[in-house]
Amino acid sequence: MTFQKLTDLRQLKLMANTIRQDTLRSLLEAKSGHSAGPLGLADFFSAMYFNILNHEPKNPKWEFRDRFVLSCGHVCPVQYTAMANAGYFPKEELMTLRKLGTRLHGHPHNGSLPGIENSSGPLGQGTSQAVGKALAARMEGKKHYIYCLTSDGEHNEGQPWEAWMFAAKYKLSNLIAFIDRNYIQIDGNTENIMPLDPLDEKYRAFNINTISVDGNDISAILNAVDSAKKSGKFSMIILNTIPGKGVSFMEKKYEWHGKPPNDAEYDLAIKELLSERQRIENETF
Amino acid sequence: MAVKILENIYEKVDKVPTRDGLGKGLLELGATHPEVVVLCCDLTESTRVQWFAEKYPDRYFEVGVAEQNMAGIAAGMASEGKVPFIASYAVFSPGRNWDQIRVSLCYSENDVKIIGAHAGVSVGPDGATHQALEDIAIMRCLPNMTVLSPCDWIEAKKSTFHAIDNKLPVYFRLTRDKVPVITTEDTPFKIGRAEVFRDGSDVTLVASGQLVYEALIAANELKKEGISARVINNHTIKPIDKTTLINAAKETGAIVTAEEHQVMGGLGSAVAEVLSEHYPVPIKYVAVMDRFGESGTPDELMVKFGLKSKNIMEKAREVLKMKR
Ligand SMILES: Cc1ncc(C[n+]2csc(CCOP(=O)(O)OP(=O)(O)O)c2C)c(N)n1
Ligand SMILES: [Mg+2]
Repeated sequence: MTFQKLTDLRQLKLMANTIRQDTLRSLLEAKSGHSAGPLGLADFFSAMYFNILNHEPKNPKWEFRDRFVLSCGHVCPVQYTAMANAGYFPKEELMTLRKLGTRLHGHPHNGSLPGIENSSGPLGQGTSQAVGKALAARMEGKKHYIYCLTSDGEHNEGQPWEAWMFAAKYKLSNLIAFIDRNYIQIDGNTENIMPLDPLDEKYRAFNINTISVDGNDISAILNAVDSAKKSGKFSMIILNTIPGKGVSFMEKKYEWHGKPPNDAEYDLAIKELLSERQRIENETF
Repeated sequence: MAVKILENIYEKVDKVPTRDGLGKGLLELGATHPEVVVLCCDLTESTRVQWFAEKYPDRYFEVGVAEQNMAGIAAGMASEGKVPFIASYAVFSPGRNWDQIRVSLCYSENDVKIIGAHAGVSVGPDGATHQALEDIAIMRCLPNMTVLSPCDWIEAKKSTFHAIDNKLPVYFRLTRDKVPVITTEDTPFKIGRAEVFRDGSDVTLVASGQLVYEALIAANELKKEGISARVINNHTIKPIDKTTLINAAKETGAIVTAEEHQVMGGLGSAVAEVLSEHYPVPIKYVAVMDRFGESGTPDELMVKFGLKSKNIMEKAREVLKMKR
């Protein structure tokens, strides 16, 4: 059974809206977890799981699948939601997030949930693993792509930079990395905690093909991936996202990094997301 | 019954660093196991992976001075079917990249082999920063990890072949300095099984690494005092061979452990964990006593830190007094 990708932009936007709603529902149920990052990444995950990835949700070990490596593991609720919607597991299971006996651990575990390529949580670790997967794939002459999502706070660590240096040295053109440039981390705004700007210039100085896009614009993300593939180089796509995107009172607030909505906040959020859904349905392209 | 080891070791021994054994083992594995790849952090010559690198340049990757990255890249390669060996000094790998080893290797069940060269004070003149004395403690507490501390270069070479069948992470603790060759190609070796290298009935000396040789010398000398000491080569610190240890406790009633590692968390602790639960007998420890190393020649340091046969003999006499 081949996975039917979504090619229609409206469908992808509606899926992002669904992902936002389902993610908030699972966070409400879990009573703990991360809201801002996942909401800001819903458009990316819609694009990734419903258009970019060559994958078979019913056959997660399919040899020729593209590999999606999540490095900033704490945003996993949005990945779980995208996976459930893509058919990896029943959507009801999203309600088990972070609970005893779950396959949806607070940070992802490859041994628990088929389709999770790597365990993550300690920031930085996915970057090197993605590099290793790309290197192994190239040694075997395999044609699939390795996609790696990292975050901006994560780049306070040395490991991502170590990994990117290696990827550039070995010219891993089958590796496309993304950074969720949402300007927040736990203790505050990134430029106060540990400044990263100008990020694009830093990557270019590392000899990386660097593309900067609006990370909440699905068509811009798709175009960036096309351009990365054509470059024949290891590429980094900077996703300029709005943390908490779609829920006005969460947007751009680092305080929402690591907490779930309460009942009242959830209701308010869903109301906003439903009216946004209406807008997408009436949108003319 | 003691297994066969090299004869005449009490008179004369050759000396070879255990890192050479792993280097040679890897070279042989390269021919039989195309999935084996090697990564190194700018220490190719001194970790002896250079031999593999020269023969199999397409399966060798220079990561630069970045041990965390090396562990992670290896994990990624393992998840795609390769069997990576990662090499550095033990103080840096597993010293610096413990979190990566914990999560990217052990928790994720990625089959990566860690070559920790330059363990112990016998590293010598480089001093404390380069002498790993805590590596066993930080590796043996990790689920899914196997910890090996070979007694000589032949055993190190054998362990390379056995580790490949393990399908889970393995840590090899190796020495920089030349250490006595005491086994032969025919000496039995199996991961998880400690071997009795010398029979004895009054006390058991449980050793790992180059302290196995010191324990044998100690046993030979103790015999002259009328003390019959059994010697166990405990090369696999995890999973530890409970049966052999419990039998030794039952049959000899007193134990001395000997290792080139901090007394906390190493072989001695592992032995005590088993015996205190299953068959408590008095135990004495020959180990580094909660302090850092320093510069000196390997032999000067082994003497200064109390890691010689003489020290094992003293502890044996002491533990015999505690025996009921
Ligand atoms: C190595 C490590 N140190 C600390 C943490 C705790 N931690 C979890 S998320 C986070 C902030 C990371 O920033 P970012 O990913 O940009 O956060 P977001 O944009 O999702 O709010 C920290 C410090 C961790 N997971 N890993
Ligand atoms: Mg951030």
